[in-house]
Amino acid sequence: MSRSGAPSSVTARPQLSHLRALESEGIHVMREVAAEFERPVLLFSGGKDSIVLLRLAEKAFRPAPFPFPLMHVDTGHNFPEVIEFRDRRVAELGERLIVASVQDSIDKGRVVEETGPRASRNRLQTVTLLDAIAEHGFDAAFGGARRDEERARAKERIFSFRDDFGQWDPKNQRPELWNLYNGRIHRGEHVRVFPMSNWTELDVWEYVDQEELEVPSIYYAHQREVFRRDDMVYAWRPGTELLPGEEVFTETVRYRTVGDMTCTGGVLSSASTLEDVVREISVTRITERGETRADDRVSEAAMEDRKKAGYF
Amino acid sequence: MTLDLLRFTTAGSVDDGKSTLIGRLLYDSKQVFEDQLEHVALASERRGGEGTLDLALLTDGLRAEREQGITIDVAYRYFATTRRRFIIADCPGHRQYTRNMVTGASTADVAVVLIDARRGVLEQSKRHAFISSLLRIPHMVVAVNKMDLVDYSQARFQEIVDDFAGFAEKLAGPGAPGPDITYIPMSALEGDNVVERSTRMPWYEGPMLLEHLEQVEVAYDHPDEKPARFPVQWVIRPAGPAETEDYRGYAGQLASGALRRGQEVLVLPGGGRTRIAAIDTFDGELEEAMAPMSLTLRLEDELDVSRGELICHPDRPPAVGRELAADVCWMTDEPLRVGSRYLVKHTSRNATAIVEAIEDVLDVHTLERGEAGTELALNDIGRVRLRTSSPLAFDPYTANRRTGSFILIDESSNRTVGAGMIAPER
Repeated sequence: MSRSGAPSSVTARPQLSHLRALESEGIHVMREVAAEFERPVLLFSGGKDSIVLLRLAEKAFRPAPFPFPLMHVDTGHNFPEVIEFRDRRVAELGERLIVASVQDSIDKGRVVEETGPRASRNRLQTVTLLDAIAEHGFDAAFGGARRDEERARAKERIFSFRDDFGQWDPKNQRPELWNLYNGRIHRGEHVRVFPMSNWTELDVWEYVDQEELEVPSIYYAHQREVFRRDDMVYAWRPGTELLPGEEVFTETVRYRTVGDMTCTGGVLSSASTLEDVVREISVTRITERGETRADDRVSEAAMEDRKKAGYF
Repeated sequence: MTLDLLRFTTAGSVDDGKSTLIGRLLYDSKQVFEDQLEHVALASERRGGEGTLDLALLTDGLRAEREQGITIDVAYRYFATTRRRFIIADCPGHRQYTRNMVTGASTADVAVVLIDARRGVLEQSKRHAFISSLLRIPHMVVAVNKMDLVDYSQARFQEIVDDFAGFAEKLAGPGAPGPDITYIPMSALEGDNVVERSTRMPWYEGPMLLEHLEQVEVAYDHPDEKPARFPVQWVIRPAGPAETEDYRGYAGQLASGALRRGQEVLVLPGGGRTRIAAIDTFDGELEEAMAPMSLTLRLEDELDVSRGELICHPDRPPAVGRELAADVCWMTDEPLRVGSRYLVKHTSRNATAIVEAIEDVLDVHTLERGEAGTELALNDIGRVRLRTSSPLAFDPYTANRRTGSFILIDESSNRTVGAGMIAPER
């Protein structure tokens, strides 16, 4: 049962830290979904939040395999380090990974690629995600979203109902009482489930530390070729179209969130160890999405609008 | 054992400064991030003119809320001090008021009830306090806000305390003590007694709000005092490698109390008895576990235990039956009617329930139980008798919030339509 292989016995009375309380809540949510849905799936991006989700799933279901597959919506513009990590982690766990590809959606004519220097596949992911959910007949999808991330998310339920168009209706959510989750849906509808709703970014890092979880190397300070746009520092890669006045330079950065390379900004940081990162996060004065996500800067309600359309 | 995570709910009438209070807690405990503050500053100036900073805007999440200047739904906020992590369930004071309040209160350890010092104890403050006590939130803070507008008057504060205390006597029921109440005079706008001690109310010697929230005891502090309740959520039976072939684990979250390896247990509603062979977690076996931990139990004997059954200590078992009475808060437009059928979700058990009778309806203004009709309307709370399709193992809500609560689900729309709190057996 234990990670080292041999069962160990803990005799001291366990102390229940806030991390253990949040962990227990997450495990409870996962088991409820496994029991009440026919075809759940866990959305795994290779980012820190979904890395924690995988650990919660191990805690909920081992020594058995997970009662659901994992799925990654691959924009084709992911950091290579993250894709490498994703495949390695899935192999270590011995679980099944489905890759839903935005490139396939483009090739099939389901979506039209944006063009120009500001082109991003971020919005296109929603179509790929909803298509994959429909194709596989998934009725519940675990996500690593947290309520502290963004103000529309602060209002979202742990079991977040989606209609047969994949839409979220924030004004018409089911009340969620005690720890009793209503998992009833009609055919074609599904539920997004957020076992880490009550976690903060700092909780995630402290948990990564406590559980000694590996995260992709881009979360730690490294040298990278970057360019500056809209007060953010973006990774340059071959093929990136620059605007007039923009130039490529080398900088020491790390990432606070893992998303599409085209819309995820890096943070100037020298935090090269987990300890450094926890220290940096505990004193930061800027939210992770504010600091790193161009997609949320579009308007006051950018996330709300994307969520209504079926986004993560 | 102390839990360093506290969940509290805030409730107040329109304009009594609830959002400002939350904004103040977040702001003064330095939990507001610069980019959030920038958003708030921009929005404040758009609404209130240059230089204004409306902390209330920190908590309005949805587009419609910002447009209409109202709060639509329960919002969850997070902040931390060196002593504790806090989760705030921020409940709107007006629209869908009872439903939202009940939702926010269902998971809270502390209820903060706001009172405007100028207006005193209003009907709505009483309703907030009543719902908080009905939901068995163990601690209540009566935050007498806007003291700056009554010249920080001790006499005015005392008047409100006396008024509220007189009403609060009615909150205690048979076998159910009323909540522990702390009264704090404050000005959320000016920051008095929220995080920083006020210099303008030297006559007040009690705790500041944040100080109180950091110190108050939470529900899981004394697991030994409550009987163990372990609803089975999921049976772990790996198919595969030989070493796990015989493994059969009952997975769930300990709802209350503590369990020890080797102890005798009773499985309900079946009634089988056995002993705990092992308490498994991913991190190793435990000798002892306590609420609210998630665990996997292995049992000594092969009983046919499945999801929805409850493992407990044989000496203090819950009631088992198909008939129960409960206070139901009704949450949808279509009324609850005698004779109607609903799905009921109680712990990890699903069943169907038929409404046998509506015994009375609570008047949340007078706290009197009045004559019932044949239905409960939206936001009504009434004592309902239910008969279920299969037996449930339950406790009175006053004894156990986890095994004493259930939700009702409409079979055709699948919506959550009612919240139930099981009454003590007569």
